[in-house]
Amino acid sequence: MAQNAANAIISDLRDRIQHLEGTVARAKTVLPFGVREIDGRLPGGGLAYGAIHEFAGGGAGAINGAATALFVAGIAARTKGKVVWCLARPDLFAPALAQVGLHPDRVIYVEAIKEEFVLESFEEALRFGGLGAVVGEVVRLPMTVSRRLQLAAEGSGTVGLVIRRWRRPTEAGDFGHPTAATSRWRISVLPSDPLPVPGVGRARWLAELIRVKAGESADFVIGACDDQGRISISSDAADGSDQTRRSLHSG
Amino acid sequence: MTRVVSVFLPTLPTDRIRRADPSIPAEAPLVIVARSGSKRWLSAVDANAAKLGLHVGMAAAKARALVQGLHMVDADPAADLAALERVTLWALSQYSPVVAADPPDGIVMDTEGADHLQGGEELMLSGLVNRFRARGLPARAVIADTWGAAFGLARSMRAETKVIPTGKTADAVARLPLSSLRLSAEAIVSLRTLGFKTIGELAATARAPLILRFGPEIGRRLDQMFGRVAEPIDPIRCPEIIEVQRAFAEPIAAAETIGKYIARLVTKLCLELQAKGLGVRRTDLIVHRVDNTIQALRAGTAKPVRDVVWLTKLLRDRIEKIDPGFGIEKLCLAATMVEPLDDKQMASSLVEDATVDVGAFVDVLGNRGTYRIYRFAPVASDVPERSVQRISAVAAEVGQTWPTVWPRPIRLMDRPELIEVMALLPDHPPVWFTWRGKRRRVKRADGPERIFGEWWQRTSEWTAVRDYFTVEDEAGERYWIFRSGDGVDPQTGSHRWFLHGTFA
Repeated sequence: MAQNAANAIISDLRDRIQHLEGTVARAKTVLPFGVREIDGRLPGGGLAYGAIHEFAGGGAGAINGAATALFVAGIAARTKGKVVWCLARPDLFAPALAQVGLHPDRVIYVEAIKEEFVLESFEEALRFGGLGAVVGEVVRLPMTVSRRLQLAAEGSGTVGLVIRRWRRPTEAGDFGHPTAATSRWRISVLPSDPLPVPGVGRARWLAELIRVKAGESADFVIGACDDQGRISISSDAADGSDQTRRSLHSG
Repeated sequence: MTRVVSVFLPTLPTDRIRRADPSIPAEAPLVIVARSGSKRWLSAVDANAAKLGLHVGMAAAKARALVQGLHMVDADPAADLAALERVTLWALSQYSPVVAADPPDGIVMDTEGADHLQGGEELMLSGLVNRFRARGLPARAVIADTWGAAFGLARSMRAETKVIPTGKTADAVARLPLSSLRLSAEAIVSLRTLGFKTIGELAATARAPLILRFGPEIGRRLDQMFGRVAEPIDPIRCPEIIEVQRAFAEPIAAAETIGKYIARLVTKLCLELQAKGLGVRRTDLIVHRVDNTIQALRAGTAKPVRDVVWLTKLLRDRIEKIDPGFGIEKLCLAATMVEPLDDKQMASSLVEDATVDVGAFVDVLGNRGTYRIYRFAPVASDVPERSVQRISAVAAEVGQTWPTVWPRPIRLMDRPELIEVMALLPDHPPVWFTWRGKRRRVKRADGPERIFGEWWQRTSEWTAVRDYFTVEDEAGERYWIFRSGDGVDPQTGSHRWFLHGTFA
């Protein structure tokens, strides 16, 4: 990937075009993962603020959204300020969020009485500004709605994290439809790190970067969030984690 | 469309005496004695006295002869009315901007556009009745489309609360007795003589002969009950409420115009609040239309507020609920519930991070009525489902978190689901388990983490034990399962296995 530093001419041109267009001179900041392999694949070296990012689970994760929620919680934990979590199915267990560094005082839950109202609260939270991150557990995300959310995020500079969570496995094919999200990820669980003794080691996930604006897709095998919400590239290379590999569930 | 709540306080006079004088034993019968001429009669009896066979209208001497140790108190209608007024003012600050006393024994209020602050109509009514009962006032509450219907139902039903859906008034009142029609006693007696028993029968009769015989009153009351004639509630106001208003020479109707004047009224209100050092918790916008009807919008905030932009947004959000009809001639903005709010110094140091007040965001969503907004706070309990509690989103920071020694699942089920397993007792994890029809082989497992029952919560938990295991199947999916019981002693649990949560 030669898009970061190598091509100075293009970045210079981009700056000049932006200057001509007269768009708001907003600092385009990013939230890095702190992992060289992942940040290198993302334009700007991290998840862009003022944009929405979409996360879905693979396999059973499409329904329970467990790995996705924890991955997103890790990202939210590394932002500053309050986090708003919009949901309709209140089965989130707050102590697990605290274990990845998201202090309970920082998270405000907005539980909608119906699935349809989640998007409304999500947009309202994005427009409010001054929040660290806004998380929404969403079933349907049509193109028009996602563009609206993207504009709301651009207006306030808040990062919006969408967790796609379906009711039935058959509905998960909905993830194939395009949305206006800046980056789209699929997080699936993998067998945990082997330990020399019986027991469950550190959880590992397969994070597939399916789409990213101005970048290319990639797969990573990562170790689950630690107590600061940081992930790491899994050290165990025996299963070919450095190779791109399709998920067991993506078909 | 209005939604009228009628609250019936059947034993207000005796309850008032009991509250004022705690020396009267709770089980002693208490009656109120009124005097007309030389006749002394019971004007109110409490529940204990009613059980002993005393009833309103009985001669006082007869009651004294019947019951030993009867507490008799002289009637004081003025004090009863004052008590009712106090309760009404309290309801004004809590439930709705349009509240009026309905003497001698009730309150009436229009909660259209205000019930969402209490979580909907049903929750509002049950909450109201519970709060009255906690103060020693048994109450019954009904919400219906009209004052007449709510009044009649509240005074003739056995249940404590009832919600009559919009448009179902006619069915609900058809079987009510005539006495719930707010007519004079003589008129009711004569109607009974003619053979009428229920309101349904009366409503189905030709109107002209009734008017000829009884005058227009019966027709008017029936029309009010069925909503064919408007019956405005004249809301009480107490003088200390801060209120600003604006009358218009020409009636206004456009949403933009209403929005503009809301902004001006809020600015005026905030200036008055500032002068008194107050912040507002409940703001009522009262809309007077040219056809002499009143509409009200209520905006609630989680903390006292005096911010013009914030309050304007809350009220403007709900302009579409106002039906201007033929035009609005007066707008009134009242601070119904206020709390002290001191001026605060904003952070001015160079390095300090600006803290964002999320109160505005919480209020905007909270006023829409379709969200529950909360934070989770730790509770000192090892039982997972008891270790979290919901607190207000704008509560002060707790500062504490859960212990991070043991892994906890990100998704926890409401109620654990039964699974089938094959496991070695007493302290081995399962070899396989079947959950939701799918059999999974356990590749790796951790545990047990033993959690004991909390005998201080329930005595049945004295010996209860749960052994939690973290298990991982071949696909890498990780679950939190437990066995009820310690694997040896059958007293500690059923020894069945449950799945309680999903790890990431």
